[in-house]
Amino acid sequence: MARKTVPGVLASFVHVDSAVEAIGGLKARGFRDLTVYTAAPNHEIEDALDQPVSWVRLFTLIGGLTGVTAGFAMTVWMSNDWPLLVGGKPIAAVPAYVAIAFELTVLYGALCTVAGMIILSLAKSLKGRPYHPLFSDDRIGIFVPCPPEQTPAVRELLARAGSEEVTVHGA
Amino acid sequence: MTAIAHEAHRPTQTHAEVTRDVLGTLQTPSRGYYLALFGAVAMFLVGLGTFVMLLKEGLGLAGYTPPVMWSVYITTFVFWIGIGHAGTLISAILFLFRSPWRTAVYRSTEAMTVFAVMTAALFPIIHIGRQWVFYWLLPYPNQRFLWPNFKSPLLWDVFAITTYFTVSATFLVIGLVPDVSAIRDKVTGWRKAIYGLCSVGWTGADSQWRHYTRGYLYLAALATPLVLSVHSVVSWDFAMAIIPGWHGTIFAPYFVAGAIYSGIGMVLTLLIPLRRVLKVEHMLGEYHFDNLAKLTLLTGSILFYAYAMEYFVAWYSGNTFEQATFWRRAFGPMWWAGWSMIICNAFVSQLLWFRKIRTNLTALFVISIFINLGMWFERFVIIAGSLSNDFLPNKWHVPAITWADWGILLGSFGWFLMYFLLFARTFPVVAIQEIKEMIPYPRKRGGGH
Repeated sequence: MARKTVPGVLASFVHVDSAVEAIGGLKARGFRDLTVYTAAPNHEIEDALDQPVSWVRLFTLIGGLTGVTAGFAMTVWMSNDWPLLVGGKPIAAVPAYVAIAFELTVLYGALCTVAGMIILSLAKSLKGRPYHPLFSDDRIGIFVPCPPEQTPAVRELLARAGSEEVTVHGA
Repeated sequence: MTAIAHEAHRPTQTHAEVTRDVLGTLQTPSRGYYLALFGAVAMFLVGLGTFVMLLKEGLGLAGYTPPVMWSVYITTFVFWIGIGHAGTLISAILFLFRSPWRTAVYRSTEAMTVFAVMTAALFPIIHIGRQWVFYWLLPYPNQRFLWPNFKSPLLWDVFAITTYFTVSATFLVIGLVPDVSAIRDKVTGWRKAIYGLCSVGWTGADSQWRHYTRGYLYLAALATPLVLSVHSVVSWDFAMAIIPGWHGTIFAPYFVAGAIYSGIGMVLTLLIPLRRVLKVEHMLGEYHFDNLAKLTLLTGSILFYAYAMEYFVAWYSGNTFEQATFWRRAFGPMWWAGWSMIICNAFVSQLLWFRKIRTNLTALFVISIFINLGMWFERFVIIAGSLSNDFLPNKWHVPAITWADWGILLGSFGWFLMYFLLFARTFPVVAIQEIKEMIPYPRKRGGGH
């Protein structure tokens, strides 16, 4: 089954300042749902896109708090479930359990961070959006989803900003 | 491999050249590579054979005699865990410090970390005797209604090592995703299909980078205290006991410094030949090795101080048993191990004060071998040496190192090298994406490359 293509215009850029200019121009004309492809993260493009900070941090926090709670709860509960007197210490010797609670904080925090990265990345579907292998090499790609009647204006804007190649998709 | 030319720390290639050069490392391997891989597999098989014999005959084969019930296997466990510390230090801690020299070396050191921890994790299992019930260490509901004793540092170690392996492996895999997608876009046929599967749909879209860069930052922030905690916990396996030579409050920082020192030693041992084999000399140059050597000098000097402090504390404590242990370390029957540790670690590392030595790869390679040897001896002296002269002088003896010890030790090197060599031919050992991040995109109005 052929994948449904999102209609729009894909442009390829060699120069970062051209890509930034194009993003600025597109945003000024009300195009918000852009997809910008780069081989590595780039601050100029991040600034031009001006997106809010990722919510991955919330996943990290929830994971870390779950980990520390699980670490102390598990050790204290298991110690009381099978009381074992060791070296005159209390049955549930909390200072000795800090090491385990710490490790579980890091473990759960890290795994939840990864889960957050995956979930949040999947939240914006890239299905049907065109891609070119050169974007993982040395080109910057900008895809602008737009209806066919806006295509000529977008093409012209991208070409004027200095794009190397512009292609229309799903027309 | 003599002194190499000076190179600026910023990569001089274009983005396309970086992809091409790193992709070049994944082409058909040379005969030398196959020879090395064959050697590694052969060493691993020796270890496997020895392990089968241990299963059949028991730990008596390894020369275990009371009071030395922890000897070469636990020594080698700590040795490999230590090796695993350099990778996360370089990939996480130096990432948070925004240290530019880490970029070219971090991928290979991270892989080294994961494989070293995989190697280390074998040793407690080999050592416990009844290997088939190793899962008793884990807290799982069982018909006897028993739970592990969480007051034991050995249990802390189970959690520390498991967490460290999981987080290091996650960090490595996450870092690989953008690079694998770059390979996917360049190769054809079945390789494209496999790398495509491994790249999990990565396209480098802004919506992906946005969460990726944040997530990577938090992973680094979590891995940073983890590195410091893991070897601290390993050191408490010893420090929590009252054995003379073990019961020291300096053990945690002392072990962490030693771990990083030994890890960087292994990084040097692996990277110096690897940069030639993979033809990435222009990416891994004087600048990187000079910085690795400075880190070696720093941690080696901390070790020097810790060694001196151990002797001072033994003398100052007035504890006869502690004093006897340290006297015997230097002048007892195991003096050869005691002096090997001091010379290889404390003294040899001081050669790195000289820039000429830091930038001479032959000299660095030789020093790295001394570091590896010295750090193994350090753990042997601390573990077997201290146990061999505990509170009952009539039990004092020099621990025997048998063929079963050598076989497993050799096998562990084979197991580690086998994975590392396979990794180096399958995935990029230099991080494409991070190198590209350091190279500015060209600009229409001048600047960039």
